[in-house]
Amino acid sequence: MKANGHVFKYGDNVDTDVIIPARYLNATQGEELAEHCMEDIDKEFVHKVQKGDIMVANKNFGCGSSREHAPLALKCAGISCVIAETFARIFFRNAINIGLPIIECPEAAKAIQAGDEVEVDFDSGVITDKTTGASFTGQPFPEFMQKIITAGGLVNYINEA
Amino acid sequence: MLGNDITSPVAINEMKKMNNQKVFNKDKIALVMDHFIPNKDIKSAENCKCCREFACKHEITNYFDVGEMGIEHALLPEKGLVVAGDTVIGADSHTCTYGALGAFSTGVGSTDMAAAMVTGKAWFKVPSAIRFELVGKPGKWVSGKDVILHIIGMIGVDGALYKSMEFTGEGIKNLTMDDRFTICNMAIEAGGKNGIFPVDALAVQYMKEHSKREFTIYEADADAEYEETYVIDLSQLKPTVSFPHLPENTRTIDQVEEIKIDQAVIGSCTNGRMDDMRAAAEVLKGRKVAKHVRCIVIPATQSIYLQAMREGLLEIFIEAGAVVSTPTCGPCLGGYMGILAEGERCISTTNRNFVGRMGHTKSEIYLASPAVAAASAVLGRIACPCEL
Repeated sequence: MKANGHVFKYGDNVDTDVIIPARYLNATQGEELAEHCMEDIDKEFVHKVQKGDIMVANKNFGCGSSREHAPLALKCAGISCVIAETFARIFFRNAINIGLPIIECPEAAKAIQAGDEVEVDFDSGVITDKTTGASFTGQPFPEFMQKIITAGGLVNYINEA
Repeated sequence: MLGNDITSPVAINEMKKMNNQKVFNKDKIALVMDHFIPNKDIKSAENCKCCREFACKHEITNYFDVGEMGIEHALLPEKGLVVAGDTVIGADSHTCTYGALGAFSTGVGSTDMAAAMVTGKAWFKVPSAIRFELVGKPGKWVSGKDVILHIIGMIGVDGALYKSMEFTGEGIKNLTMDDRFTICNMAIEAGGKNGIFPVDALAVQYMKEHSKREFTIYEADADAEYEETYVIDLSQLKPTVSFPHLPENTRTIDQVEEIKIDQAVIGSCTNGRMDDMRAAAEVLKGRKVAKHVRCIVIPATQSIYLQAMREGLLEIFIEAGAVVSTPTCGPCLGGYMGILAEGERCISTTNRNFVGRMGHTKSEIYLASPAVAAASAVLGRIACPCEL
């Protein structure tokens, strides 16, 4: 499985309140949440994002609330993968559980710039910045987490068990 | 396992996709309607209706709605649903609160909640641990909130990322149970997986007063390994304030310049308990909230509300010019009951001061203890109660 798209780049501590503000948490459907994704720090995001695009950020991405609405909003907005130096733990597990691919890779998070075209190969963990030609290897997941991701999330994983 | 009116509807939707749709144990699931209730709009009402129907269909024993609810992390210990030795997951990040009782408790998402409601299981990585050895006795206006803000300021918002925060040392005897709930509650604000206290006589007394359940006391091994150990002298701490827009941006009250405020919020799962109500009332008694300031007091549970009434605290708040609300998370996450306009500043006893958390993206939240929030409400600027 591969992701390929252009990069939206953000800094440290992108919290779940800016990924999807709580004033929209009365909605539960991903498509509706996606309309407001990132709007408190980047009003242009929802207008510019294309299906398959990739988000890159520095440390502690997804800190704060446990709202699964955050990875859901990103996924439904079209984001195919989030690359960060580190992820906050609840966001991390939520992304895995709903089948939004994420990769921890400090080198890629630093080097990749906004607008770059990036390809991610989830089987090998190799991240290629097609704009600069640089390539990086992300942190591989343990086997059971690979299985959850391959199944497309925790619900499918349990259904298949 | 726990869910609220925001996270449970998503979990219920996920559960509908599962082959097995029976709950594993109707007594071990708690559903608490607390974030946007009493319903703030039609969509919130639909969400609560979804939870209510689910609770009814599956005969969920511990379903708490308007009239008997409270903010989940104040309510569950009060109802005796959590005791030492329990493992609790909650689809709410502040589930880490129950470490104050010697339980392992941590926040998860809605899909985890759905899976756990059906299977009774969740996946975990065993965290490494950081020890905070607390010594000494805190001064008059220093509370659990100041202890945890100090720690977050020291280690940063990812300083305990994926780690267990263990609070220990002779100083814990000088912390009330409400102080300990506040401290564990904000472990997540340092990225922590959980926060945990040893179970001492005070914790045992609390559990005996609130629960009929048997509990198991676990202690850290004598040779336990810690990634770091920090020694914190509580007697040296000062009232602490977190500046926008991260909880780690802390300053002690004496380092705060003149910052005028528009609103003060006293409540939330962090600071809406009896100690907090009493501290705020001690400051507000016989005084008036500054003319241009809105002061909003939110007792965290019906029982705290009632006790505050019996002690005459509600009268003190109202006579001071504050408003007192039914329990709700309300303004903490920018839901309702105190949303900020562009350029407004709020001193708040809540747990997060992220961009736009309480309203407009150009509003500001300063996190502090109930005593500091109350003193600030009176003086119209961020202030120490010792100034009054």
